[in-house]
Amino acid sequence: MMPPESYVEKVFINRYPLWKSGKPLLFRLDMEFTERCNNNCIHCGINLPKDDLEAQKKELSTGEIKNILREAVSLECLSVRFTGGEPLLRGDFEELYVFARKIGLRVLIFTNATLITKHVADLFSRIPPLEKIEITVYGMKKNSYESASRIPGSFKAAWRGINLLLEKKIPFIVKGALLPANRMEIDEFEEWAAKIPWMDKPPSYSMFFHLRCRRDEQKNKCINSLRLSPEEGQRIVTRCKERYIERMKEFCSKFMHPSGDKLFSCGSGQGGGCADAYGNFQPCLMLRHPDTVYNLKKGSLKDALENFFPKIREIKALNWDYLNRCARCFLKGLCDQCPAESWMEHGSLDTPVEYFCEIAHAQARFLGLINAEEKAWEVEDWKARISNFAGH
Amino acid sequence: METIVDLNGVYALAEDLVARDIHGEFIIIPITSGIGESDEEIFSLNEFGKAIWDKLDGKRTLKEVARALSSEFEGAKPEIERDCLGLIEELLKRKMVVKL
Repeated sequence: MMPPESYVEKVFINRYPLWKSGKPLLFRLDMEFTERCNNNCIHCGINLPKDDLEAQKKELSTGEIKNILREAVSLECLSVRFTGGEPLLRGDFEELYVFARKIGLRVLIFTNATLITKHVADLFSRIPPLEKIEITVYGMKKNSYESASRIPGSFKAAWRGINLLLEKKIPFIVKGALLPANRMEIDEFEEWAAKIPWMDKPPSYSMFFHLRCRRDEQKNKCINSLRLSPEEGQRIVTRCKERYIERMKEFCSKFMHPSGDKLFSCGSGQGGGCADAYGNFQPCLMLRHPDTVYNLKKGSLKDALENFFPKIREIKALNWDYLNRCARCFLKGLCDQCPAESWMEHGSLDTPVEYFCEIAHAQARFLGLINAEEKAWEVEDWKARISNFAGH
Repeated sequence: METIVDLNGVYALAEDLVARDIHGEFIIIPITSGIGESDEEIFSLNEFGKAIWDKLDGKRTLKEVARALSSEFEGAKPEIERDCLGLIEELLKRKMVVKL
């Protein structure tokens, strides 16, 4: 028997399938610690004021969150995402973070970095999250940043947090939100982001913003006004034309086909889900339709994953417009239409979202998959078109 | 500094990590920094490695661990001892076990 080259194998969990016989029942859990945030971002789909006492009172207690994390581990969960609102706003963040790490979870933190103090950076240095922290940066300058965050001093606080992570060599990546005040800063942002040691690709952006997760017509008007037009968005997405087309060739050959009348063609509720700040377990971060959430205070993650989510995933569209368009449309992979977006836009699960339909069509026209007059759901030879585009 | 492992040594698992059996994979998850080369790494052991790991109780010598393993795995005694030494050397370098 020859000795192996190495007795201990490093596991790159995001790079190849770790589990040889399918995934555990719960592979990744999202924990939304709070909907409150110390920023007041103009485009945000969830934030409540940081001092919203009513929201705070309803939030899960430290013990309740620990119980959910314990159950997640018992279901073989390996990674948990702490998100919000701003997860660091909770006074028990450190306790929950250390708890999660000590029971063997990797922790992915979504944050605006403004609350990363020296103490927090030292904590991450001593007990690493084992996942790159993800930071959304709203601008490279005080004016642009704070016109989004609408909190004086937030620019300085965010950059202090980012610099502390750099100083302590704590792995993180940055993401952008394309807003009117920072759109001219893309090159500056990307040049800076490229110097961050853990950025292995250009930053991603939110630009086709979600409406309010809890539905709010007044705030939605504001978010709508900030959304890029489909054509503007397409110009930004295709800035690096060659790289975009190469990527899309592979993508289209894998993910473009009509989805039929089943509403859930994504993986939501399979191997994961999101526990919101109040103990409701959602199939994904965005979907809060009352019929699709499970009350963890009266049940368990296991029951939701084994019994509740599979039923949700079988829901079929009834809306005639959806059945006539979305169910027959081969641009599914390019389109953000999903039950969550339908819920946020229209309050139902199966109403076409015109904005996403237009974005998908703009991209398909750019890629030469449809011509200017065509509607993708009317295209019959879609398989041949994808084959021609993908080159096989 | 070269790590010296000997069969008469007694080894125990480090405190700053969690070992988990997840869907048939034996995964070692560091809690504190300095266990992997970067602070994003987790590790796995094969069946033989897990069997050694399970027997590192801080009481038995490595030779006794190897002897116990010879009843569970096929292989000549020198090969089993070599693999025990190999694994412990790597675990010591990664600060996953300590010598008592």
